[in-house]
Amino acid sequence: MSETEKIIDNIKNKFTQDILNTEVKSKRRATITIPGSALIKMADFLYSDMNFRFITASALESGKGFEIYYHFSNDKTGLVFNIHVVLPKNKPEIESLTCLFEAASWIEREMHEILGINFLNHPNLEKLISEGNWAEGVYPYRKEQQ
Amino acid sequence: MLKLGFKSYIFKKSLWLFHFGGASCNNCDIEILDCLTPRYDVERFGMLLVGSVRHADVLLISGSINQKDKVRLLEIYKQAPKPILVVAIGACSCTGGIFAEGNVFAGPVDKIIPVDAYIPGCPPKPEAILAGIFKLLKKK
Amino acid sequence: MSKPTIIPIGPYHPLQAEPELFKLYCDGEIVKDVKWETGYNHRGIEKLSESKTFDQVFFLVERICGICSTSHPFAFANCMEEIVNVEIPDRAKYIRSIIGELERIHSHLLWAGLAGHFLGYNTVFMWVWKYREPVLDLFEIITGNRNSYAMFKIGGVRRDIPNNLVPTIQKNLDALKHKLDLLIGVVMDDPVIHARTKGVGVLTKQDIINFAAVGPTARASGVAIDVRQDDPYAAYPLVNWKVITAEEGDVFAKVAVRLLEMYESVSIIEQCLEGLKKEKEGDIEVKVKNVPEGMGTGRAEAPRGEVFHFVTTDGGYSPVRHKVRAPSYTNISTFKKSCVGQTISDATISLAAVDPCYCCTERMAMVYDYYNKKPILSGKDMIKLSQQKTEELKKKL
Repeated sequence: MSETEKIIDNIKNKFTQDILNTEVKSKRRATITIPGSALIKMADFLYSDMNFRFITASALESGKGFEIYYHFSNDKTGLVFNIHVVLPKNKPEIESLTCLFEAASWIEREMHEILGINFLNHPNLEKLISEGNWAEGVYPYRKEQQ
Repeated sequence: MLKLGFKSYIFKKSLWLFHFGGASCNNCDIEILDCLTPRYDVERFGMLLVGSVRHADVLLISGSINQKDKVRLLEIYKQAPKPILVVAIGACSCTGGIFAEGNVFAGPVDKIIPVDAYIPGCPPKPEAILAGIFKLLKKK
Repeated sequence: MSKPTIIPIGPYHPLQAEPELFKLYCDGEIVKDVKWETGYNHRGIEKLSESKTFDQVFFLVERICGICSTSHPFAFANCMEEIVNVEIPDRAKYIRSIIGELERIHSHLLWAGLAGHFLGYNTVFMWVWKYREPVLDLFEIITGNRNSYAMFKIGGVRRDIPNNLVPTIQKNLDALKHKLDLLIGVVMDDPVIHARTKGVGVLTKQDIINFAAVGPTARASGVAIDVRQDDPYAAYPLVNWKVITAEEGDVFAKVAVRLLEMYESVSIIEQCLEGLKKEKEGDIEVKVKNVPEGMGTGRAEAPRGEVFHFVTTDGGYSPVRHKVRAPSYTNISTFKKSCVGQTISDATISLAAVDPCYCCTERMAMVYDYYNKKPILSGKDMIKLSQQKTEELKKKL
């Protein structure tokens, strides 16, 4: 049993009821889909107990709604572990991860600007790149803008 | 235009350059800095990169200009002592280059302020930058 | 406490080529807080990428950053090859690694020069940039351009390095190694650089983990992360090399890590050139006809740290969503930690009275005896002289 499988099993045992879908693509790539409400405890477990490093988060709009992939890296095995969350289109809201690590601060501000996703309990949800570039309330990465 | 020869008189020697980097990828900026270093050494022609546009004879512009930069560029152009030579360096400042279709692109430099010389290339080699500035000098 | 003074650095500041605005909140000379404003350099690349075909995206991502102009295509290629599920030929792997490592050398040299410039130590700037030129010449020989190389494509590389070029590259590398020895001697022993960089801008291990910093910034604080080793790609698993780390976390440790990394890069390139000779010429790509639906993540170790690309595709010709995370994105936020509590001059690592003992050797000039037309001091002698001066200074300090 490889290291990656062990890690996935470990996560599965701990969060049995929260996991909606698991996809292990290769030895070093895995994605897990969870509801937004379980994000904080899952990220906390990965960051504090498993010593994963937060890489970044990618948000996109699709038919399902707003999807966010939180990318974590395990530097010992080279595993890129994605937490996949789907948010409803009419009310895109999720807890901020800044309570766990500073690294999430900028990327959440950016996602807030480009797609209009609201991050709850973010200490400073100011504009990062849009000031002077595009107006408030315009979300250039949404599909309706294209 | 200017028959008094004022321009040709003041731009004869020791041009001081001010460098404005827009939303660039840094390549042109590096090549401009490269011109100062021992292999190319523009300082032997009396050219000097200065810290403020108020001291400059030439305004070098590199990189595409986005909405936020446009305001700053106009401000800096207003601060510059006139007459000033404006040189657009690199594909992005000449035409917009690969970023011309971007959602924040505010137009190539010559749509915003008058440009005296274009040095195309992605990035232009330091030799090309030197050649461009000297062509400009001869023209004046 | 009195009202803090705000000192803006930027957006167009002589210190930096790129536009960005740092606001230092100062009380007296001590920096209390840092805020930063960005958006001056926003070009909407992620958005543009969605309107380009996969082949065009390579040229677009190359222009994210001119200095790391191989790292982004590298990560994007890794990402696309994960989606397509293709293994590239060994020759292409070697060529990719050679370009990647040459870029690391050129970037670290550039940084070392700029660091010297920021310290007010322009001699280092001039010297180092002079030594950087042969590396750019190598790039011109191999790829045809000094900065943007356009070497990568899905399934391989665009241009081969013919075997008869290998001796030329080797010769340039040997010359470079000699210059690196000199440079490291200069920088590591210089009391001024020691005084200006040791104990300045310290980042602890915990800070690195909290800010998720990567690359030499992390390695200088004892966090040994390097994508080339952790998630091996291209030819890195085929060659021998080691990850350079330091424990102190100050500016000096970062200088040391970067300088020593260049030796590793030279060694990697040499091994790759050996490997290149064994492979058949021209076997540089696998044809990829179409890209299936899916999503992929690709990583590459840029000179500044980990570059991360995330792409989703729908079976068409262009990405549906393309997310790019450049290393500086996480590294710059550590600025908040490293410069709070320092003085202004240290915070910007810029203005300080610097002992100008190297200025005499600025251009490796020759001092001529005017009457006899004979050089009385060659460049080498002048280096020797300045080294003597450094030794004297060391004793004094």
